[in-house]
Amino acid sequence: MKVTFPHLGNTYICVKSILDDIGIDYVIPPFNNKRALELGTRYSPEMVCLPLKINIGNYIQAYEIGADTILMAGGCGPCRFGYYSQLHREILKDAGFEMEVITLEGTDIKDLVSRVRRVVPGGSELMRLPSVLLRAVEIAKRTDEVEMLAFRTRARECERGATDRIYNGFREKALATKGTRNILELLDETEARLKSVRLDPNADPLRVGIVGEIYTGIEHFASFDIQHRLGRLGVEADRKVTVSNWIIEHMIKKPLRLPRDMAFAKAAKPWLGAMIGGHARETVGNTAIYAMNGYDGVIQIFPFSCMPEIVAESLLPSVERDLDIPVLTLIIDEMTGEAGYMTRVEAFIDMLEKRRENRGKRRENGTCKRGESGTYKKRRLVSWN
Amino acid sequence: MCAKIGIPRSLFYYRFAPFWEIFFSALGAEAVFSDPTNKRILDDGVRSCVDEACLPIKLFYGHVLNLKDRVDYILVPRFTSISKNEYICPEFGGLPDMIRHNLKGLPSLIDTEVNMRNSARGGLEAAVEIGAMIGADRRKAAKALRLASQNFRKDSFYTEFKKKVLKGENRVQADAGKVETIPEGACQKSENRPQTECQKGENRPRPKSQKSENCPHGECRKRLCVGVIGHPYTVYDRYISMDLLRKLADHGVESRTIESVDEADINRHASRLAKPMFWNHGRMAYGAALHMAEGGEVDGFICLSSFGCGIDSFVNDLIERHVRRRFGIPLITMTIDEHSGEAGFNTRLEAFLDMLQWRRQNEGHISASG
Repeated sequence: MKVTFPHLGNTYICVKSILDDIGIDYVIPPFNNKRALELGTRYSPEMVCLPLKINIGNYIQAYEIGADTILMAGGCGPCRFGYYSQLHREILKDAGFEMEVITLEGTDIKDLVSRVRRVVPGGSELMRLPSVLLRAVEIAKRTDEVEMLAFRTRARECERGATDRIYNGFREKALATKGTRNILELLDETEARLKSVRLDPNADPLRVGIVGEIYTGIEHFASFDIQHRLGRLGVEADRKVTVSNWIIEHMIKKPLRLPRDMAFAKAAKPWLGAMIGGHARETVGNTAIYAMNGYDGVIQIFPFSCMPEIVAESLLPSVERDLDIPVLTLIIDEMTGEAGYMTRVEAFIDMLEKRRENRGKRRENGTCKRGESGTYKKRRLVSWN
Repeated sequence: MCAKIGIPRSLFYYRFAPFWEIFFSALGAEAVFSDPTNKRILDDGVRSCVDEACLPIKLFYGHVLNLKDRVDYILVPRFTSISKNEYICPEFGGLPDMIRHNLKGLPSLIDTEVNMRNSARGGLEAAVEIGAMIGADRRKAAKALRLASQNFRKDSFYTEFKKKVLKGENRVQADAGKVETIPEGACQKSENRPQTECQKGENRPRPKSQKSENCPHGECRKRLCVGVIGHPYTVYDRYISMDLLRKLADHGVESRTIESVDEADINRHASRLAKPMFWNHGRMAYGAALHMAEGGEVDGFICLSSFGCGIDSFVNDLIERHVRRRFGIPLITMTIDEHSGEAGFNTRLEAFLDMLQWRRQNEGHISASG
């Protein structure tokens, strides 16, 4: 049995370290790429959302290098994600790829354990599972911290590309590093290196919050690497929806009925009064939180036809108006062209710059009421690549 | 003076209209329905709704605008769930917020959350809350709910509805006659079928009723029957469904919808899924389609879906795969949105029906060489 799993940003680091520790044979599909998307688009129904298509691409590419079993998370709706693994199974079956899909979900603990037993070989490994999982949660958290740190340094670095070198090196190295303990060491090392990047002390980058559907927000490929590109434009990106957050809130706190961090729900209340699935409430709530924290703008990203995000999209203009924060909505599918997409992002960033300049002027004239500091030093826009 | 409650003729109107009528009249209020969908309503909806939303949601906006100036309240409940462990759709859940933030100058909204996911008591809570909004106490609201639940017969509602749609009427009429018709054209060879047959024929006199035994052609002894799979709010809305049910009848084709299948049969088939579906419509559509296929009742399926419907994208695909794998029954997905042209729709429909007809004629004569 050779296990594989779909890509979602840096999740592979966390998952592979668990599989290493309990000794399960696995392959990681190639990082998301055009061919994965093409394969996924070919075999998936036309109207399903983008993440499902890329997942299928991942599986097929993993199949080509020997995988026969898929590990996948599940859910209970109303977002379509909860039914992904069922459709994956059907698609792969009809397309002639003999792969087993194991969904790591269960209405009760016994059910979940029996599913885990199908993958985990012996008894002794199972005993070690709790401590391994504990470290894995730590890894997920630290990986996200490293990513956030990279967002900050990228917008301020003196030498262009220094952050990317370290960050991309880390992603590559993580592929070759085995086990949770070694990965944690690698994380320590990467964090230290990122902290040693020389920063421009005068930098006062624009701050933009990324909200929207989790997959397109986190997965570099699906969002055309937006957060990195923003960084290279001298814009500091932030994202509150992360993998570790999802693991801690949904996989640990929710089943154990621990109090969860619901700041976003409170912030979303004036516009969206209930849980409607997916990340709609996070999108609306985090937009409000960014506005209150003086961010310059918010970018919402979601895959075409994502139902919860469509609701959020139609509410964001009200948030935009009520809290005076510009919002750009980007919708991604397999037909999205990179050039048009980037033109919109650039135009949005230009607009934010102008807005800040005008604000600074108004502040000097004593007419500015609220908002961030006006001393913004414009950085040269560099080319995307 | 009794309060006027505006009920948009869209989405859950097609499920709960008589229920609400009884409920509100028991509360001493009057239920006012918006006009049947027309171009103006659709255009208004499309203009005020976000582009990415599906057609029925846009249409709902149009119906709300249609009611805006003539009622005291508009009923836009937050339908989270109407059945245990199942949801409706994320867009339904966010609908009251969308309406409130996208449309201006509306009367008060009744935006009570209806959540029966954990227990059926959620329905009572919602009823009490709605009652409180229009000035009825808890006991009165509970009584109204009981009265409405007792008198609301889902099956007869849909039978009436379908008859009404087939007759080309817009309002439910209690004495809707039985529709048992075969148009003259149906017995002709499909190539000779007059073109006008497929045009929208609101004012055209209905062909006279004809017993199928009278048909001179052997292949017409049993009429073709097509399973129409889709949300009630697309299938029964004559405007956005392009009058599909009526068109089928005009072609001499019988139709079965999800609502014609018994709930027990639906559940029997739906329970065979590896993972229970967490959408109410998903379970119903899947169970009904598989039941129709297994019983050999239908010669083909038409999945009527709105562009961008997330639930349909999964459910219809699942139905298609399972029906094809197990029964080999033809299936076509017809997608509609605000840009759909009727001519293209008709062409596809006719081609599909012709194919079904040929299939039946040549049954058992399939060339071994493929």
